[in-house]
Amino acid sequence: MIDEEMVDYRTVPTVCPYCGAGCGMLLEVCSGEVIGVLPMKGHPSSKGSLCAKGWSSPEFLKSSNRLAKAILREEGEEKEVSLESALGLVVENLNRVLEKYGPEAVGFISSARCTNEENYLLEKFARTFAKTNNIDHCARL
Amino acid sequence: MSVKEEAKNLLGKGMDGVLFYQMKDGSAIPHLFTSKDIDEMPDVREIPDSERYPLSDILSKLLMRFSSAKFGIVARGCDERAIIELEKHQQIDTSRVSLIGFACSPELAKICSCSKPYTESLADEMNEAQEISRGIESVERMSTPARLGFWLSNFSVCVKCMGCRNICPLCFCKECSLQDEDLVESGVLPPSIPTFHLLRAIDMAGRCVMCGLCEEACPAGIPLRTLYGKVSEIVREELGYVPGTRGVKSPLEELGSSVGSDDDLKS
Ligand code: SF4
Ligand code: SF4
Repeated sequence: MIDEEMVDYRTVPTVCPYCGAGCGMLLEVCSGEVIGVLPMKGHPSSKGSLCAKGWSSPEFLKSSNRLAKAILREEGEEKEVSLESALGLVVENLNRVLEKYGPEAVGFISSARCTNEENYLLEKFARTFAKTNNIDHCARL
Repeated sequence: MSVKEEAKNLLGKGMDGVLFYQMKDGSAIPHLFTSKDIDEMPDVREIPDSERYPLSDILSKLLMRFSSAKFGIVARGCDERAIIELEKHQQIDTSRVSLIGFACSPELAKICSCSKPYTESLADEMNEAQEISRGIESVERMSTPARLGFWLSNFSVCVKCMGCRNICPLCFCKECSLQDEDLVESGVLPPSIPTFHLLRAIDMAGRCVMCGLCEEACPAGIPLRTLYGKVSEIVREELGYVPGTRGVKSPLEELGSSVGSDDDLKS
């Protein structure tokens, strides 16, 4: 028998991050590291299938091209900032523009790579908090 | 004895983990049980028939990753056949594996058209295996042009998700011929007809254990098992080989052995 702490394999149900269809997938996790993906058999809509993007989604998890930190561009200069201060800046400026110019002056762009539920939340946020109908998504190219 | 009891025995005998399914929100998902969570192992009857995964492939990955660990696996007939076949291709070291077998429900066996829905340990208790159709006859009854049309129209809806290859426990090559630019042009949908599908069919000849996972994973509903079933039929008739059978040498084992070695080529 080898060190028990080491031997670990589990699958974690999650939703495919690639598009709004939200297919069910299982991430295969070995001692904390994602080693693969499986289509979730019991999922009510995707029913055990994935598309090419879903099947290859673990590939980008560890990509060095991923934006892993918040980056602030000030006068053409890019610098890393904490997520808290980045969000703080967004809140501050959103409030400032709303107060000064009203709801028609702001807009929201959601993403086809968010889940259906996340897109719904942004739509609610736009209409109820900012009181604007200016919401669109990145897939309208 | 329940599979949980058998799995506990294996852990008591020094196995590092037992691979089976965990129940999560009513779904069965693959999980490696250790002494920490073995009490949560479900009974085989709790696993929904529609939720099978390539456990043999997961086992192969675990054996490679944890190179000195020993594993138990709670296996169906098709999992066992895949393990036997994978061993013949040096993908599983069965000296580090203990198998706890179980039989599938008659309903599942019917859906799968499975002629051996149980492991070898249970063979004596089971009824004689039935010869089962995999839709081959109905396709063969078609006229040649109709049959060609049948396959071409099926191939034309392929979305090249690669699910059939990815989920297949017997697809273990590091370099895949389906990704060879000279054979299958990349970025084109549907993928080269009929090359893409025939390549996979040929690669499965002498390997496919008829688990049906490819057909289940195919979003396009292509009758893949009928295709691979036909190729398997040819291998059975011409070479007398049925993949997943213990104690019989695979005709493919000859590849990479002394036959066709560099020395033979030189002499
Ligand atoms: S039925 Fe499909 S998934 Fe199963 S071994 Fe054959 S080709 Fe692979
Ligand atoms: S699973 Fe079906 S759609 Fe996907 S590549 Fe295989 S045959 Fe094509």
